Amino acid sequence: MGISLSNISKSYKKVKAVQDISFEVKPGELFGLIGPDGAGKTTLFRILTTLLTPDQGTATVTDLDVVKDYKSIRKSVGYMPGRFSLYQDLTIEENLTFFATIFGTTIEENYDLIEDIYVQIEPFKKRRAGKLSGGMKQKLALSCALIHKPKVLFLDEPTTGVDPVSRKEFWEMLKRLQKKGITILVSTPYMDEAALCDRIALIQDGSILDIDSPEKIVEKFPKNIFNVKANNMYKLIQELQSYQHSYSVYPFGEFVHYTDQRDAFEIKDLQSHLKNQGLDNIIIEKTQPNIEDAFMELAK
Amino acid sequence: MKTIAYIVQKEFKQIFRNKGMLPIIFILPILQLVILSNAATYEVKNIKFAYIDSDHTSTSRELVEKFNASTYFNVLADFDSHDQASSAMLAGDVDVILEIPNNFERHLLKEKKASLSLIINAIDGAAAGVESGYVNQIVQNYNQNIKTELMDASQKAVQPVSIVSIPSFWYNVTLDYKTFMVPGILVLLVTMITLFLSGMNIVREKEIGTLEQMNVTPIRKSQFIIGKLFPFWIIGMGLLTIGLILAKVIFNIPMVGSLLLLYGYTSIYILVVLGMGLFISNFTDTQQQAMFISWFFVVIFILMSGLFTPIESMPKWAQIITEFNPVKYFVEIVRMVLLKGSGPLDILPQVLKTLLYAIVMNGLAVWSYKKVS
Repeated sequence: MGISLSNISKSYKKVKAVQDISFEVKPGELFGLIGPDGAGKTTLFRILTTLLTPDQGTATVTDLDVVKDYKSIRKSVGYMPGRFSLYQDLTIEENLTFFATIFGTTIEENYDLIEDIYVQIEPFKKRRAGKLSGGMKQKLALSCALIHKPKVLFLDEPTTGVDPVSRKEFWEMLKRLQKKGITILVSTPYMDEAALCDRIALIQDGSILDIDSPEKIVEKFPKNIFNVKANNMYKLIQELQSYQHSYSVYPFGEFVHYTDQRDAFEIKDLQSHLKNQGLDNIIIEKTQPNIEDAFMELAK
Repeated sequence: MKTIAYIVQKEFKQIFRNKGMLPIIFILPILQLVILSNAATYEVKNIKFAYIDSDHTSTSRELVEKFNASTYFNVLADFDSHDQASSAMLAGDVDVILEIPNNFERHLLKEKKASLSLIINAIDGAAAGVESGYVNQIVQNYNQNIKTELMDASQKAVQPVSIVSIPSFWYNVTLDYKTFMVPGILVLLVTMITLFLSGMNIVREKEIGTLEQMNVTPIRKSQFIIGKLFPFWIIGMGLLTIGLILAKVIFNIPMVGSLLLLYGYTSIYILVVLGMGLFISNFTDTQQQAMFISWFFVVIFILMSGLFTPIESMPKWAQIITEFNPVKYFVEIVRMVLLKGSGPLDILPQVLKTLLYAIVMNGLAVWSYKKVS
């Protein structure tokens, strides 16, 4: 009853959007597609929601083929596109009623499913959707995608452009929906959100780099990683990159994540090297890799 | 059925909430009807007239007096020389110059023949033709008067039989151009507004992304299209009603035929226009594109509809093209039904062609509308 893709490829004229993608989402799983802009996430969503037919390969959603059984799929999936796409000139209530009617249901019938989310925007139900804040639009869109009690929920970058508090709330809502037995496929460019998924697929340039649980993906990281900090960030990055033994250098918040080519790496060596280059207040400490590091390593 | 009804309801809500669109739908047609019907006239009035009288006789003065008496001519000046008159025409001060030559009266009396010279500014060819007609009418009228005056009783026996034709103008007795134009402009506004609105409507959903959201729902193509287009069918019929009321109240256009027949035909005709709008919106991505393409077609359709220029005077190939112009059929029918009182059988050919057009157009539109790309 989950989602399964095998060898899916799709090109737009000469541009290959996705190539030979295969993965499975188990029923009731919260699965994340993690990748930068242009990686092909939206194309996958459009194929799975039957808006786009793949050039090659087959895909099923709740055991229904996306090409042959597209009509049945449309009844049982909810899709929230990356761009807010509800009627801006209709009110919250009208939008929700409209989508309920289209799916041949009513708000009352499935109210328990959307209740958590809808109560937060209900005070504004007479307000037009175009006049809502980003977070409220998000909640309305999610309500509309859920109103027909879908078995599978597709969320394409639901938190892009949403403030950190609303993002956190939104993920909590997803967790609650998951408990109600809905399979959720969500895409995001934010690596920190990836850790909240059961399993993730790292995707870049239309190909999958790795699929696993966030913990496993981090565990696979082959090297020791170090937080490096100094008084001059810009110079620090330059010096680290030109250091003869450096393997990877990525700025990460107030630190630079550094890995060394050698297995027998000594913090002292680097410290003295950086000091010789005129940097002060140097801090070097071992740290845990995260998904972003793993992604960068895989994308190398 | 419930789904369609709900889409229609939603569509009307959106139309009435669109503050920019609402005036266009209802005020524009009224302005169009009132202004265009008064302004788009074939009559040439207030002709800037001047003359050069080299004869200076009572006959020539009497001729000029005829022009003075006419409501169509404004006699602005008399010039002493040809050169003066020419420069006045060059400056655009006069449009028609009548030159009465020396010995005009003598020739007329002695030889029963005299020449006048007429110079007309023919930049606007149509107006020049009309002006020439007016001048000829006045001169001929005057000429006969002269003949009559010259003839005395004894000559009556040998008077040549002159044949006078008395035209009787049917269906528009007073040759009132408004009677002719108003029904045509009614067609124009029904066509324009419904085509623009329907063409832009579905594209708008594409633009704001709601079309994609609709496409993942189990709603059927036919339900969606009917739900989207039906409101504009209603608006089209509403516009016809507003137009007919204005035509009666403001212009007192005769409505000889059956209005029911007119409404029946319009209901088919609007289907053609809506199909066209849907077709355009299937091949465009933004409202601007849809608007430009609609404009392109509307302009061609209207100029080739026989609304302003008679189709009979178009070249053969253009006449063939007009066969594919739905606006032409509507213009013909609205004039036939309102002014002539034509019945269903009289307009049957046009109705059938329109119906065929509606089926083909909507078939193409529905076929090219895809929920999946």
